Amino acid sequence: MAIENAKEAQVGLTGNSAVALAMKQVNPDVCPAYPITPSTAIIETFSSYVADGEVDTELITVESEHSAMSAGIGAAAAGARVMTATSAQGLALMWEMLYIASGMRLPIVMTNVNRALAAPINIHCDHSDSMGARDSGWIQLYSETVQESYDNVLMAVRIAEKVKLPVMVCLDGFITSHAIENMETINDADVQEFVGEYEPETSLLKESELPATYGAMSLPDSYMVFKKQQSEAMSGAKKVVEEVSAEFAQKFGREYGLLDSYELDDADVAIVIFNSATGTTRVAVDELRKEGHKVGVLRIRLFRPLPHAEIAEALKGLKAVACLDRVDSFNDFGGPLFNEVRSSIYDLEERPKVISRIYGLGGRDYKVSDARSVFEELLGIVETGTVKEITKYITI
Amino acid sequence: MANLKELAQKEELFTGGHRLCAGCGIPPIVRLVLRSTDAELVAATATGCLEVGTTIYPYSSWRIPWIHSAFENSAATISGVETAYRALKKRGRIPKDRDMKFIAFGGDGGTYDIGLQSLSGALERGHDFLYLCYDNGAYMNTGIQRSSATPLGSNTTTSPAGEVIPGKEEWRKDLTRIVVAHNVPYAAQASPHNWKDLEKKATKALATKGPTFLNVMSPCPLGWYTKPEDSIQLAKLSTDTCYWPLYEVEDGVLKVTYKPREKKPIVEWLKPQGRFKHLFKPGGDKVIEQIQELIDREWNRLLDLDGKQIF
Ligand SMILES: Cc1ncc(C[n+]2csc(CCOP(=O)(O)OP(=O)(O)O)c2C)c(N)n1
Ligand code: SF4
Ligand SMILES: [Mg+2]
Repeated sequence: MAIENAKEAQVGLTGNSAVALAMKQVNPDVCPAYPITPSTAIIETFSSYVADGEVDTELITVESEHSAMSAGIGAAAAGARVMTATSAQGLALMWEMLYIASGMRLPIVMTNVNRALAAPINIHCDHSDSMGARDSGWIQLYSETVQESYDNVLMAVRIAEKVKLPVMVCLDGFITSHAIENMETINDADVQEFVGEYEPETSLLKESELPATYGAMSLPDSYMVFKKQQSEAMSGAKKVVEEVSAEFAQKFGREYGLLDSYELDDADVAIVIFNSATGTTRVAVDELRKEGHKVGVLRIRLFRPLPHAEIAEALKGLKAVACLDRVDSFNDFGGPLFNEVRSSIYDLEERPKVISRIYGLGGRDYKVSDARSVFEELLGIVETGTVKEITKYITI
Repeated sequence: MANLKELAQKEELFTGGHRLCAGCGIPPIVRLVLRSTDAELVAATATGCLEVGTTIYPYSSWRIPWIHSAFENSAATISGVETAYRALKKRGRIPKDRDMKFIAFGGDGGTYDIGLQSLSGALERGHDFLYLCYDNGAYMNTGIQRSSATPLGSNTTTSPAGEVIPGKEEWRKDLTRIVVAHNVPYAAQASPHNWKDLEKKATKALATKGPTFLNVMSPCPLGWYTKPEDSIQLAKLSTDTCYWPLYEVEDGVLKVTYKPREKKPIVEWLKPQGRFKHLFKPGGDKVIEQIQELIDREWNRLLDLDGKQIF
């Protein structure tokens, strides 16, 4: 392939192809695979890499996503580097095993191509799948573009293995997974050097005087101790994400923070958002800035662990903020992003007003005009000092 | 196949101090099976008595690498372990001469019911492992609820013998037959009272490349309402009455490995068990008759197939 010759190559790839390429370049030991739209192309493409001998990964074509994660857990506990991908119903079927992967501290890397959860069944983008798994103990990285999806998958390997927690890389179904974008790939050797060899301290297959035990029963005298260790690992993951991102930037020139601010420095109002809708929102920002309004966007890249202090710092001094959730918590009080951002800024001396706007469920379009209306509402709140509706569905 | 003395001299890989009940069928099965190969072993265990009773942190009865991940996925979990073994060996991270074998354990609930899909998937994919189901005829760990392996007429906490319904109303699922339908190279039924037969089958299964399966009768004094000291006798009676036929299917050839000289009536197995007590009250004889008929039918079917190539 041409891209292998150049150090960095410009190519046009879909999100799914870019993720599959990243997986190919990592060449993991084991890949359990089960298809589901819109992530299917990742495992199809990866299967063809296996069939063509471009990787020597062992593929396990499991009979369900529950078994995909179960086999992934078995393989990771046996000391293998494990990568897989899924979406929506697949992630939901894995739910039980997600907690077991993180509880066993297994550094599995999984791409979740975001798709709405049934019912009604819908294959298009929203974040109900990965948001449902937000408390499963997985580190969650959200990706705005094809480029970032590719880069995040590569960084996820390092982050997972350092923190000893699984990482879920999320990208928007169809919008990112199926759209072709211009991006830069890294050559195979540099990827290999970046991810390095994986040699876990313990595993089922490691020769040892004391055979390893994974998944013992833990009673009230020990369970909470394990959970505290897991919790501390998750808190520590923030620093690791920063370090790995910094090393990545230094090696490959693309910089990623925990958050991604746009025109926030002097902003009065801002939208906080995930993934691909950020770009649309930036266009609205540019338009409104031209019209003289001080508006900005904050994109969350790392959601687990939550960079709460950084969120508070980023939103300090603003007057009104709208958190846009592509998911509903069905709690009569806004989506998860809203609740967590609102809680993150609680300790600020002067807090902006925070509203929740739910948008784009099941692939519903989110346009520049939608972002503009939210900004206009926010500017109205600043002007009048009153919030008429804290939570609301938009794009409907 | 080892003799008793040789077996006794082998390293104990499943130690005492576990919390399985006195008279439980599981420990003798596991101890014997772990002695049936000289290769290094790794085991996965489904949620259930075996798991709960042997690895209460920070203790373990297992002197081999061991993993429990959930209830329904012992087969899927071991398939990941076995695949990792092949992957790491291929990449030179495990020495070529290191010989390892993989066993997944599951109870009847974890195998016949909730784990059937993951078992089927792992068998179909052809992983090199042994799946061992210890069949005690109910979800014992959670308080004796019925499973699809529970015998007809059995009193369990979800198929209670009531005023109107006399215990479980359905016959048991024939899991061994379902497994055989996957055309696996080796599958067998065994029982701990016949240690020689069990050891022979475990040795064959572990020596065979590809997915192999053992379904082993496992008496449970707590759930059967029987005396701990009667367990092995009850295991024997389950084969003498042909409730639990001992047979194997090797490369498609079925062989009945134990034919009782005199097939005993099923009442002899039912009578000592408290879970069938209600069947010995007025009206219960109809259920017993039905059980006998089903056993006879299955036994005759096996005798017809004995020695034949069935797939
Ligand atoms: C998904 C799930 N459902 C239910 C349970 C509760 N549960 C744990 S063990 C068990 C029964 C186990 O029965 P069996 O497999 O026959 O093993 P035994 O207890 O008889 O050893 C059940 C229902 C669980 N742990 N996980
Ligand atoms: S309840 Fe039954 S199966 Fe469970 S440990 Fe006790 S005797 Fe064994
Ligand atoms: Mg049972």
